[in-house]
Amino acid sequence: MIELRNVSKTYPNGTKGLSNINLTFEKGEFVVIVGLSGAGKSTLLRSINRLHEITEGEIRIDGKSITAAKGAELRRIRRDIGMVFQSFNLVKRSSVLRNVLAGRVGYHSGLRTLFGFPKADIHLALQALDRVNIAEKAYIRADQLSGGQQQRVAIARVLAQEAKIILADEPVASLDPLTTKQVMDDLKRINQELGITTIVNLHYIDLAREYATRIVGLRAGEVVFDGPVSEATDERFAEIYGRPIQEDELLGEKSL
Amino acid sequence: MNAQTKQLPKPPGKLKHALTFVIVLFLLWGSAVQTEASFGRLISGIPNMWDLLKEMFPPNWAYFDNIVNPMLDTIRMAIAGTTIGAIFAIPLSILAANNMVRSPWVYQIARFILNLLRTIPDLLLAAIFVAIFGLGLIPGILALAVFSVGLIAKLTYESLETIDRGPLEAMTSVGASKLQWIAFGVVPQILPHFISYVLYTFEINVRAAAVLGLVGAGGIGLYYEKTLGFLEYDKTNSIILLTLAVVLAIDYFSTKLREKLL
Amino acid sequence: MNRNRWLRWLIVIALVLIYVWTFWDIRFSGIKETAGKITRSIIQGIFSPDWDYVYLPDGEDLLRGLLDTLAIAALGTFISAVLCIPFAFWAAASRNKSKALSGAGKFVLSFIRTFPEIVMALLFIKAVGPGSFAGALALGLHSIGMLGKLFSEEVENMDAGPTEALIATGASRLQVLWFAVIPQVLPGFLSYTLYRFEINVRSATILGIIGAGGIGTPLIFALTTRHWDRVGIILLGIIVTVTLIDLISGYFRRKLA
Repeated sequence: MIELRNVSKTYPNGTKGLSNINLTFEKGEFVVIVGLSGAGKSTLLRSINRLHEITEGEIRIDGKSITAAKGAELRRIRRDIGMVFQSFNLVKRSSVLRNVLAGRVGYHSGLRTLFGFPKADIHLALQALDRVNIAEKAYIRADQLSGGQQQRVAIARVLAQEAKIILADEPVASLDPLTTKQVMDDLKRINQELGITTIVNLHYIDLAREYATRIVGLRAGEVVFDGPVSEATDERFAEIYGRPIQEDELLGEKSL
Repeated sequence: MNAQTKQLPKPPGKLKHALTFVIVLFLLWGSAVQTEASFGRLISGIPNMWDLLKEMFPPNWAYFDNIVNPMLDTIRMAIAGTTIGAIFAIPLSILAANNMVRSPWVYQIARFILNLLRTIPDLLLAAIFVAIFGLGLIPGILALAVFSVGLIAKLTYESLETIDRGPLEAMTSVGASKLQWIAFGVVPQILPHFISYVLYTFEINVRAAAVLGLVGAGGIGLYYEKTLGFLEYDKTNSIILLTLAVVLAIDYFSTKLREKLL
Repeated sequence: MNRNRWLRWLIVIALVLIYVWTFWDIRFSGIKETAGKITRSIIQGIFSPDWDYVYLPDGEDLLRGLLDTLAIAALGTFISAVLCIPFAFWAAASRNKSKALSGAGKFVLSFIRTFPEIVMALLFIKAVGPGSFAGALALGLHSIGMLGKLFSEEVENMDAGPTEALIATGASRLQVLWFAVIPQVLPGFLSYTLYRFEINVRSATILGIIGAGGIGTPLIFALTTRHWDRVGIILLGIIVTVTLIDLISGYFRRKLA
């Protein structure tokens, strides 16, 4: 369960990245955050695992404040949160398996991981790869995979982490429409089968409507919409964006 | 899906890595033995080094008057050597680029010559040229020139092979002669890179020129021999500091110029 | 456009002045009459070298000299590769570091790079006595300058994404280093180390001139005693060795890319 209370972020030069955000995410939800570029979607997501620091307010994960946490405690909280990035962020020269195992580092001390992972971890990593149907590529170098495959490896990394929350920052922005659907399907399936709270930043409106159960709309760092998909009509979207929907904001698949 | 029923991939062999590691370790151990390296000697030698360093400070400020002129000579040596080298590097680099000449024979031989020029280190070349031409700046300039040709041409031909084909094809299609083709298709593209390489080589040559005097090739290096021979380490330090100052200054301006070019 | 023309003229005039100054006073005392003779002798020496010198049973021969040279270069390169890593991280600029800190690191590396190897060798001879060890130490210390600079640039150009991803999984600093940074920069490090080894083999041949071991000493001796055939064989030996090392090193560097 994630709680954001009066969260604001003001940059040194005065611009407000986030403005008085109050949100609660329940366990098992599949939430999509929408908004124009620069509205604060990425800042919001990265504040949740403190990759970005906030200047006011508090964020609590399962009752523990991540804002106040330090050192080992911060790492422990982060361990329960998995992140999927737009640019995948895999170590290109390492094997797929090694990339997935990186998700396990939070469970062992630094020195221990230098000498290799226990068999149980390797088994877990292989199972994670299996869940996204890419186990056969385990020992191949990550940069030899296609974009969609790399993103699936990134998802497997999050699964290996045994995360309770998945944050996905524009996970499909670099992918073609078909692979987009595969990755979104994977995320949805993991959310439903394993009950992992999933928060996704998306650029495409029709994609948001198709996969989300709840949509949060951001504009200029403020929450301007928070409700079920049924309420997210085109008119409401126009309000979120401050203008009518444009062509490039629809993925545009007639029948997938 | 049950992971056991699927064929799980096998991890790749580690033998090659282990073997490489062992060989490298062996070579290092052999090197240490060959050079009679010993940690003990190093530790026991540190007091000697410390004594030497103490004698070097403070540097002999009066000595600077003596060495300013040789320093200027050194710089001139570097300029002259680099320039001569750059001039000869132009045709050689064109001949060594596989997109400038058709026949593999030509560019392979050109590259071979370039490699040859770069195998003998500058100090040895200088020593040989001193034996031929006697003491003075000339052997130093020649040694630097030879080295510069090798370095500038290598950097240039590697750059030439990556230039845009477009302007080249355009020049061919308007029926330009080979010289015009080079002048209008190649030169505009390669000139900034070429100048950048010349400046880079100049930086290296200034450092090298400062030492060539050790073998009699003129410049400030001569004074190393003198001051060390007389155990006047404070004067030696003056030479080092002056060289440092000059090199840092030239490096700074050269880097700024190179940034503006590219 | 006038400003550009103005600038160009300024550059031309500056260059002319520099070149006039350069070549003005060069004492061109004329080529010695003996120059032609000596050149011919050297070339003769290269084409009919002293093959006996290649291997002498009692030591002090070409092969031993070359081996010495290689050993100096290898040990020196290894020392510098290990020692320069902390310097590299010190000098690498990054978002989380002050510019002053990395600037200081860069300056230290520049200082080390500028310090002539020969002078370092002389210092080390004072410390550990003449011979190959002093040469190896001098090369090792001096190489830190160039290797540290190349390494630090490699770290600076590294992709920050995997680092971010590792932090997000709750990794400690050590784990981020091991899983995100090292795999990315290691191939570059190894490649630059091999490159530095190629250069150090050349430098090691020079060190003999001041008594720091290697093949430089017999070469200078042969030059001063006018044993042109010996000069020839030593030069040939150096050329062959350097070329071989370049080839082998180049092969491995390509595999790393």
